[in-house]
Amino acid sequence: MSIEAECPECAAVIELDDDVMEGEIVTCSECGMELEVVPGNPWSLTAAPEEEEDWGE
Amino acid sequence: MSKPPRVGMLVSRIRVEEKLLFEAFEKRGVPVDLLDDRKVIFDLHDGLQWTGDVVVERCVNHSRALYALRLLNDSGVATVNTYEVASVCGNKLETSSALQRCGVPIPRCKVAFTAESAVEAIEELGYPVVLKPAVGSWGRLLSKINDREAAEAVLEHKEVLGTYHHSVFYIQEFIDKPARDIRSFVVGDETICAIYRYSDHWITNTARGARAENCPVTDELNRLSVDAAKAVGGGVVAIDLLETRDGRMLVNEVNYTMEFRNSIHTTGVDIPGRVADYVVAVGTGAVVKPISHVGVDV
Repeated sequence: MSIEAECPECAAVIELDDDVMEGEIVTCSECGMELEVVPGNPWSLTAAPEEEEDWGE
Repeated sequence: MSKPPRVGMLVSRIRVEEKLLFEAFEKRGVPVDLLDDRKVIFDLHDGLQWTGDVVVERCVNHSRALYALRLLNDSGVATVNTYEVASVCGNKLETSSALQRCGVPIPRCKVAFTAESAVEAIEELGYPVVLKPAVGSWGRLLSKINDREAAEAVLEHKEVLGTYHHSVFYIQEFIDKPARDIRSFVVGDETICAIYRYSDHWITNTARGARAENCPVTDELNRLSVDAAKAVGGGVVAIDLLETRDGRMLVNEVNYTMEFRNSIHTTGVDIPGRVADYVVAVGTGAVVKPISHVGVDV
């Protein structure tokens, strides 16, 4: 059974994979915003943290 | 496999790489605890409230990775990579210095601490040059300086607008490379695969849209990559190399929390699987831990 959550930016309904993980980053297919998966009942999405100067690999 | 080690994965966010690593550990029957760097608290007296055998560091923030690794290593927890590796690789100045010290070929590089001496250093190297922040990634805030006017303008901007670390001027000769660079992946003492990163732009990071193609691992590429990895302390690292028009290869940078999502299909190599195997080997003591700092056996 798929998990659905709403994009907090554009309210699009996003289908999450069955093996979705807490903290996983997904991109809204409608507005392109990067979102972070928050577990719960129901699962929700929040804006992913903004890139900082020391981010990288 | 005998009893698998307990692995901690220190993460900032679960990107494709972290998920692939998680799956690779799962496939090997290795339990993984996710340690969120936004929630974790280190007690310098009692250590981390987590017990396990090895932590694989996958933070997106260099500062969090660096200090977490320092605290983990100091409390006796083995990590991939170690604090020393993160410290050297997270700073281009330190990386270049380590590579040069170990005789690994690098582009000509100068460092200056004031705008005035930086202009002098740039003119000694000759235009064009590349100015890079010592700490930074994904090709951010790189400047190709083509003439003195540009040099003076960029240096003034960096002095006025940058944070304090922008007043350390890392200046590198511009390598007129053939519209591509090479990214090789080293695990332990082996270059497991490599990609070409093609771009019409002089910055060839895949984070900036470069196209990846498989690059055969020649003896020369393997030797250079492993030498570079050893120079920074070894472990699991990704090496960026530049080809010169006269056929030399120079090591440009070494990355210690490597991204590999675009390179698995391109190379046909199971990169997360190879990384997981290495982490397990470190966790079980099957490989000599790549480096330990003075007085601490990690």
